[in-house]
Amino acid sequence: MADMRATKSQEEQWMVQNQVFRIYDLVYRLPPHAQSVNFELRRENHIEYLTKSLKQLGPSFSVLDANRPWLCYWIMHSIALLGDCVDDELENDTIDFLQRCQDPNGGYGGGPGQMPHLATTYAAINTLITVGGHRSLSSINRKKLYAFLLRMKDSSGGFRMHDGGEVDVRACYTAISVASVLNILDERLIQNVGDYIVSCQTYEGGIAGEPGSEAHGGYTFCGLAAMVLINEVNRLDLPGLINWLVFRQGVECGFQGRTNKLVDGCYSFWQGGVAAIVQRLHLMVNEQLGLPNTFKYDCKTESDDDSSNSDGESYSEGASSPLNDICEPIQEGQSNASPPTESNNIGYNFIKGPIGMRPIFNSMALQQYILLCSQEEAGFRDKPGKRRDHYHTCYVLSGLSVCHYSNTKEADSPPLPGHVMGPYSNLLEPVHPLYNIVLDRYHDAYKFFARS
Amino acid sequence: MIGEEEEEDARIPISQRPEWADVRPVPQDDGPNPVVPIAYTDEFSETMDYFRAVYLADERSPRALQLTKEAIFLNSGNYTVWQFRRLILEALNADLCAELNFVNQIARENSKNYQIWHHRRWVAEKLGSEVASKELEFTKEIFSQDAKNYHAWSHRQWVLQALGGWEDELAFCDELLEDDIFNNSAWNQRYFVVTRSPLLGGLDAMRDSEVAYAVKAILAKPENESPWRYLRGLYKNDIKSLVNDPRVASVCLDVLTDKRNLVHALNMLLDLLCNDYQPSNEMKDAVDGVAPESNPPGTNLVERVCSVLIMVDPIRANYWEWRKSTVCVQD
Ligand SMILES: [Zn+2]
Repeated sequence: MADMRATKSQEEQWMVQNQVFRIYDLVYRLPPHAQSVNFELRRENHIEYLTKSLKQLGPSFSVLDANRPWLCYWIMHSIALLGDCVDDELENDTIDFLQRCQDPNGGYGGGPGQMPHLATTYAAINTLITVGGHRSLSSINRKKLYAFLLRMKDSSGGFRMHDGGEVDVRACYTAISVASVLNILDERLIQNVGDYIVSCQTYEGGIAGEPGSEAHGGYTFCGLAAMVLINEVNRLDLPGLINWLVFRQGVECGFQGRTNKLVDGCYSFWQGGVAAIVQRLHLMVNEQLGLPNTFKYDCKTESDDDSSNSDGESYSEGASSPLNDICEPIQEGQSNASPPTESNNIGYNFIKGPIGMRPIFNSMALQQYILLCSQEEAGFRDKPGKRRDHYHTCYVLSGLSVCHYSNTKEADSPPLPGHVMGPYSNLLEPVHPLYNIVLDRYHDAYKFFARS
Repeated sequence: MIGEEEEEDARIPISQRPEWADVRPVPQDDGPNPVVPIAYTDEFSETMDYFRAVYLADERSPRALQLTKEAIFLNSGNYTVWQFRRLILEALNADLCAELNFVNQIARENSKNYQIWHHRRWVAEKLGSEVASKELEFTKEIFSQDAKNYHAWSHRQWVLQALGGWEDELAFCDELLEDDIFNNSAWNQRYFVVTRSPLLGGLDAMRDSEVAYAVKAILAKPENESPWRYLRGLYKNDIKSLVNDPRVASVCLDVLTDKRNLVHALNMLLDLLCNDYQPSNEMKDAVDGVAPESNPPGTNLVERVCSVLIMVDPIRANYWEWRKSTVCVQD
């Protein structure tokens, strides 16, 4: 019978699954002290690996010669997540280097003299915000950048990656994300981009790179974050998206990118980030489910355990409109600037209020996969048997940060020790989930660009 | 064979090639203290220095075309080189069939790169419908190595929509699914064909036979998420009809009665119950048959389904708890 024969998907799945289970088994059989060492984040090693790479890369990195701002972002963002930063000299060198990648007509290329590209523009902007400070933030030519973004706008409403380049959901996200964080997002950029992204949500519930393609973790993050930033997220089928998302976490405890594919550490952020965003969309989700907008399913802390219903049901005061949480006007005293246009407040307001919903994924399981299966002596990898790289180090750490703060009531309030796997010293810095920038760096940039 | 290898090894530096004697290479402007500096090989540096020279001079010549090829062999991810190559191809009115062969060569080495596929789409678009079957054949070859290659699937869908070739596409999906029923990319392609093929009459015409196809796949492997999502997708935006199709509830019942691999069946049943499905006594009994004893049969069926899921699917316990809480409010 054909039925009895394992298919290629099954064989690969069982192989990875067994390898992962063997690791868990090994660790859980160790005596307590030896066991706890395995759950430690090897912070110093990671920082050393990252800092070294910032200073020199071998010839094999030639294949990433058109992705150097990405290398900057993966490294600098990882270091920031780890609560550290590089010395002033390296920071200045980073600003100078990215300046050489900036095109005279706006946007950033993959290296000096290369054409501007939306993805490397996103990487460069996020790096400069992560470095922070006046010199870094003022090195961005926002006027020219806006012109570049407009040039990349396609008639479909989507964006193309570069002059003559491909149109997809990644391009939409990177364009909208930089425009939003730099306070240059306007109607012309937003026009019809929502139509394009909506057309990419598939029958499975997740979002694909192009209309008709398969639902995929990376594109689901990009599509969802972009829809939030343009204030059109209610056009997506959110319950369907959530159902697809939660099924991407498997018995290996990590996330896969697509249905019936293998677990991979980088989806800790792509899928985990989606979960973090969803936790702040509770009013929209309630509306789509036909629930009263007073319905609440928020995080319980030890102190208010007795004040909420045992079945997780309680009622909040004041929530009157499903758009309340993301459309509030800017609060006075946050900056002495004149309020930016409405669409540029969204990212700020999104992160400001309390988190409306408890996590829908299994944070502890994901942390276990990250610490025991993704972590190497230095750096992080996709899965056991693969080699570390900067991309996976960045997105595994970003996912770990999402886990740490998934049970907090506010974006930056410290989590309870019980929510951080391993010693509490594993705790990472929180990120803004729509941009994937460390939160305090984001706030500095927000103030800076609200002024100008 | 040895002769060929020697030929490759004996690369003549561009600076020593007579046809390049008039060109002054342009070094990369990395600045005095670049970050993420790459220790390029001499060959890489030299090739890119000459590329920058022709790129800056906007020289759309045969030698520049040849140079872009060398640069692409060194780093197929350099979109600037690809874009300039397209400008040269246009300017020279070059033979695009030969170009397709060149892309074949690169794609076989590295099939997971955006630039190659974007370039291929550009070339195929210019060549038009006469290359449709060639393009479908090429993606098929990629799938024989990696049946879930995302770029190759996108390309295939673009070919079908832009150049045609729908005739055998459903049979192609059959073939791939027969080979690996867990291949979700093939399921996604099936959905694409069923909903978009101009030859099949659309989803309404196909729904009935496709439901049967999905149900059969589910009964063979109830743990396979793909056909469950596919089945749900056949009634996208028409949940009423999903609830009213007796085959849907029936496949849930069959799987529940078997008491193994319950999760997807319960997930589907939950969807039905949240949309006014009136469960038969048989269905209620099947749920009771797998429910924990702490949940007496008297309680609401939706709650019981959620309780079973919390128990049998602990990785998603948070999600099922949430689903349970939303049901409590609705009632
Ligand atoms: Zn990965």
